[in-house]
Amino acid sequence: MSILITRNTTVIIQGITGREAVTMTREGLDYGTRIIGGVTPGRGGREVHGVPVYDTVEAISSKSRVDASVVSVPPAFTRDAVFEAIEAGVKLIVVVTENIPRGQVAQMVELADQRGARIIGPNCLGVLSPGEAKVGGLGGRAEDARKAFTKGVVGVMSRSGGMTTEICNTLTAAGLGQSTAVSIGGDAIIGQAYAELMPLFEADPQTQAIAIYSEPGGRMEADLARWKVENDSRLPVVAFMAGRFMDEMPGMRFGHAGTIVEGKADTTVEKIERLNEAGIAVAERIEDIPALIEQQLATAG
Amino acid sequence: MRFYEYESKQLFAKRGIPLPKGSQVARTAHEAQRIASDIGGAVVLKSQVLSGGRMKAGGVLFADDEEEAESAARLILDLEINGQRPRGVLVESRQPVAQEYYLGITWDGIAKRPVMIFSDMGGIDIEEVAEKYPEHVAKRHFSNLLPFSDHKAKELIAAVGVQGSDLNRLTRIAAPLAHLFQEYGLTLAEINPIARLEDGSFVALDGHVDMEAEVRGEHRALLEELGIGEDETRQARPPTSFELAGKRINDVDHRGVAGNVTEFDGTLGLIIGAGGGSLTLFDAVRNHGGHPANYCEIGGNPSVSKVCELTKLILAKPGVEKIAVMMNVVSNTRVDLVARGVIKGVLESGEDPGERIAIFRIPGSWETDGFKILDKYGVEYCDRAVSMYEAAGRAVAKMQSA
Repeated sequence: MSILITRNTTVIIQGITGREAVTMTREGLDYGTRIIGGVTPGRGGREVHGVPVYDTVEAISSKSRVDASVVSVPPAFTRDAVFEAIEAGVKLIVVVTENIPRGQVAQMVELADQRGARIIGPNCLGVLSPGEAKVGGLGGRAEDARKAFTKGVVGVMSRSGGMTTEICNTLTAAGLGQSTAVSIGGDAIIGQAYAELMPLFEADPQTQAIAIYSEPGGRMEADLARWKVENDSRLPVVAFMAGRFMDEMPGMRFGHAGTIVEGKADTTVEKIERLNEAGIAVAERIEDIPALIEQQLATAG
Repeated sequence: MRFYEYESKQLFAKRGIPLPKGSQVARTAHEAQRIASDIGGAVVLKSQVLSGGRMKAGGVLFADDEEEAESAARLILDLEINGQRPRGVLVESRQPVAQEYYLGITWDGIAKRPVMIFSDMGGIDIEEVAEKYPEHVAKRHFSNLLPFSDHKAKELIAAVGVQGSDLNRLTRIAAPLAHLFQEYGLTLAEINPIARLEDGSFVALDGHVDMEAEVRGEHRALLEELGIGEDETRQARPPTSFELAGKRINDVDHRGVAGNVTEFDGTLGLIIGAGGGSLTLFDAVRNHGGHPANYCEIGGNPSVSKVCELTKLILAKPGVEKIAVMMNVVSNTRVDLVARGVIKGVLESGEDPGERIAIFRIPGSWETDGFKILDKYGVEYCDRAVSMYEAAGRAVAKMQSA
């Protein structure tokens, strides 16, 4: 199995007629994702690569089961699109849009919590379960995605979309496949951080180990460490920490909106310490991740 | 983006949060004298810089009359603090303080809610208070979907033992601060300290407000009113002209990103991406002993012309000997377009791409087409078989052998 999405997941794309969304639709269909409809207000009745376009989410959800939605609309319309998906009963919402104010993200997450929905992102590339489905732009064209992502035992979570692919490609080259790769988003507030996805991986029999990509800023690495210890997790975790140079540059934003050193807890030194305390190995280089995972799997087995 | 203290206080005043008498910013010593004279009696003069540690640096002075205020303002306006010239000097009435409190609102990225923090030990660093005297600090998360409700503030303030009319008066500062936080998309709204004066009234003695860049457009009217210019990034340091030039290149069209440059003083120019890839590659270059001339980000499939202009900007930077073009495995950025862009940029700078480009490591979509172009100009490139770390190492080795 995988987490979040499988080949049976029914997916819609909000903002489907946008340039990026059209590409994402083509790529998703080629990968085998069940994209059953798209939404662009005022464009109902058209088609994008054979996928019917509707004016509202409700127009689709009233007729068919919608498991997941990808939101790819401009920042000013994102909150409304996410609220619309939640109110229509969609339980998995992948928000790829960037530059959404924190206050609005918090509102989306709060409503999602109330309705039992899950938000991935914002500012993410999406979710990919190798051999099953890809929801969002993660991995790019189907042929490219098949090169970098292969089915296997490693669950991947990353604050960077591009580095999700880089890590999966490195794992693939070393003969380690992935159960599901999640680009969790680069903002200060995101729908699902590491610790919130861990229970899903923990419950997934296919997943035997976890690889994460992390950065300066925020407390989500410390929260993952806490979760792992408190729940006595069966899964070994290997982390990669980028942006070590930022420890010397407090107050400067690099890379992503959530990537800034404001206090001691934001630094890579501090985060690595928290991770190590929880028995999480931190790789010095991306190419060291596979060996560290193999090592941990061998000790665990 | 951080607000100056006087801007924070102008924002507080919008919601009726009480300030010390006077509270006006002066740009000259003469102006400071006039404000002090209007206030009458003892005043405090505070340097307006975006840096902490003003008191220690001599940026806060007291004066008993307008003449003293004039000379104090002169000293402050000439004093650089942590490399910053003051924007002005804030002049306020100085009144005897009975007790100081802390009040702050920020985001909790784990709870994903705003969190309000209160302490009856104000005036010092709140993290230090929380560590040493946890019973003097209270925290409450609140909804960002519902309008802020006063009872949240009351619960919080009462939690550290504040009672009676003090409780109600402090609530009338905390609730409006929460309203400001929500209305203006703030990431930090802090009053440290709030002072209870000897007459029992409360005033905000110091203020610190941060607004995120994402809401600047939405609150243009407020920023104009406060006189905050478009080019003021209000990061830890002001942007350099190189960085502003990078921003202009990126803003030319909406296709992808080719910018976010940060200036460093090394010799290896970097054209790297995307967000996480740039962080990883910058670390890798430094690990190999390389000296980056800049940080930057490309991604989201930028146009050829944007990459070309960015290349020219970096090549023209004094001290830059070579450039390295590197990214993680790309999904939506086209390798061939980036290759075209950098080669065009090097050629338009009157240089030889084979000589100036130390390495090109961007694997992914349209890589075959990209590699063809690079072959033609004799540029060293590699595909995904070479790691990001190794590619950075090759670039640094070339710099050292050159």
